[in-house]
Amino acid sequence: MAEPTAVLAAEESSLPRVPVGEWVDTAFDWLKDNFDPVFDAVATGTETAVEGVTDALLFLPPLLFAAILALLAVFVRSVVFAIGSLVGLLLIQSMELWEPAMQTLALVLVATLIAIVVAIPVGIAAAKSSRVSGLVRPVLDLMQTMPAFVYLIPAVTFFSIGLVPGVITTIIFALPPGVRLTELGIRQVDRETVEAGHAFGSSPWQILRGIELPLARPTIMAGVNQVIMLALSMAVIAGFIGAPGLGQIVVTSISRLNIGLGFEAGLSVVILAIFLDRLTASFGERPVEGGLRSRLMRRRTARTVGAPVAAEDATPGSRPTAGAGV
Amino acid sequence: MTALRVDGLFKVFGRHPDEAMARLRAGATADEIRASGATPAVIDVTLAVEPGEIFVVMGLSGSGKSTLIRTLNGLLEPTAGTVHVGDDEITALSGKGLREVRQRRISMVFQHFALLPHRSVVDNAAYALEVRGIDRRTRLAAATEALEMVGLEGQADKRPDELSGGMQQRVGLARALASEADVLLMDEAFSALDPLIRREMQDQLLELQARLGKTIVFITHDLNEAMRLGDRIAIMRDGRIVRLGTPEQILADPGDEYVERFLADVDRSRVFTASDVMVPAATVLAGSQPAAALEALHAHGSFALAVVDGDGRLVGVVTGADLLAASGNVVAAVRPPAARVAAGTSLAELLAPAGASDAPVAVVDDDGRPCGLVDPRAVLAALAGAGSDGRVSADDRAELLEGSRG
Repeated sequence: MAEPTAVLAAEESSLPRVPVGEWVDTAFDWLKDNFDPVFDAVATGTETAVEGVTDALLFLPPLLFAAILALLAVFVRSVVFAIGSLVGLLLIQSMELWEPAMQTLALVLVATLIAIVVAIPVGIAAAKSSRVSGLVRPVLDLMQTMPAFVYLIPAVTFFSIGLVPGVITTIIFALPPGVRLTELGIRQVDRETVEAGHAFGSSPWQILRGIELPLARPTIMAGVNQVIMLALSMAVIAGFIGAPGLGQIVVTSISRLNIGLGFEAGLSVVILAIFLDRLTASFGERPVEGGLRSRLMRRRTARTVGAPVAAEDATPGSRPTAGAGV
Repeated sequence: MTALRVDGLFKVFGRHPDEAMARLRAGATADEIRASGATPAVIDVTLAVEPGEIFVVMGLSGSGKSTLIRTLNGLLEPTAGTVHVGDDEITALSGKGLREVRQRRISMVFQHFALLPHRSVVDNAAYALEVRGIDRRTRLAAATEALEMVGLEGQADKRPDELSGGMQQRVGLARALASEADVLLMDEAFSALDPLIRREMQDQLLELQARLGKTIVFITHDLNEAMRLGDRIAIMRDGRIVRLGTPEQILADPGDEYVERFLADVDRSRVFTASDVMVPAATVLAGSQPAAALEALHAHGSFALAVVDGDGRLVGVVTGADLLAASGNVVAAVRPPAARVAAGTSLAELLAPAGASDAPVAVVDDDGRPCGLVDPRAVLAALAGAGSDGRVSADDRAELLEGSRG
């Protein structure tokens, strides 16, 4: 192992050398020796999941699948978004990058799903307990600020190169905003509304399910959105350790100094990113005016309300500034 | 049996609450405790709320009233003391037992409404029943009924943020009513509303209360609101109850300078009623001689007499001066009263007639029989806060009534 301190002229330092690097090496060696079956199981599971999703995404002909995604776009957001998505997706197909794009998408979806399944419960626990929050925060800081390439080294040690270390590093990199925004969202829920839950005799679970999670939903969804965006950016870096998809194309184009190919792969990433961002962002927002979803919802309420509104007491200015309606 | 009982309740926030409490019991002031790093919010509060009563806790911000109300349903655990809701000792319960009491016996209305913005109005109103696990159809029926009670028919499928503040608080009230709890805690429930809507809500609460007879603990910082709503009022300052009594008792005898300063702002004309300023009516038959009437007047030590017909119904009033000037029988001297009002009429409504005439205002019962006379000067005296000359203690009043009937 190379001595990293050599660069820093360590012999002049009066402080003793703290061998952090050696400790980490030892720890990872120990993990590798003792938990190899666990890592193998994780590897098999991850690989099966990502390959399954990839196959599913590639099952339909690209044109049909792009049309379905455009339909989804019109349902959750707007016609403009749908047209933009369709054009973007068709461009990916015409650049002959459809398959790597779907591989990247599958990697992102699986990594995001796992990250969210971990992040939301941890975020809830951190919101409920300041001690958990205090423990979790430095770990998240480490995960977010440690240079992304540093994850790649241990990931490769444990899982060798290929898809699995790509997924694992993506999860680690993408997880923190999910935890942070879940914690923030739940802590921001109006105190009085939670108190109302208690005052009517709700159990902690009823308060979490019926009050805190629904009221924190926009913030949590912003977290999910961030998780997806980070997962996408990491999925490309994962190309360096052999994860299939657009990342690999980028790596190839760098090694060949092929500007055109690199730009095409990069552009495909951007298209995927914008599509996923707008799609997930709209789940956190109220339905956009003119969108199909909002029109459907309005029709539903209009049918049930029916009766004319009593004019009495309809003073619009009488709403308090610090109302419960967040 | 009291509906709600609080005994020796203390709540101290911050470090070493038990130590702070021991010092408070030994007579330390709130300021001394605060200097040591603990914050006493409620200090040695003891009170009992009777069934069907509106009990108002009034105090400025920081007086501990919000802390007090939160110990009543266990949202806050007191440092010492007990709270009973009916037979259940809230302070001894936790977990499931406490939730059960909250679900069935005690409900709450919040200052900023605390509605769930993602649910419809009717689902909000049904929340308490939903928590209890009651099936959807039953709870929606109960919620719809509660919404009708507070005047929100036809709003059931809206979202709370589509309603004005006053209407949102009606949903909050409906939610509390739908739970069918006997005890209702109202934490500054109307403070976030603008004055007109607030008044409307107060009227509605009184109307509902007349119908439903709940036991209500109402927190407010507005003394006028306290006087309007409260059967009894507890005034809190620095965590202690400094005065407890009916609105009339507190107005007549503030007890200390602090309460007195508050009372300066109270609209007395809406607290006092005709019955507070009237003297019991001494009556005289329309056919009597002026001399006999004058004698009766002197015998009662009154300033005027109510003139009645053979059935005891009010014909008019005469003052001493009228009688002296009169010849023939009393009928010649009689004149109409400045107004005929019921005993519950507020002074605000007496002002105009009392000012327009120097004749007394006659207070009559439902059958038109006189039960009292109000000297216009007594109205002014009561507004000024002076112990009015026109008022007679309850004992004297009963005696005089006996006398006038005999």
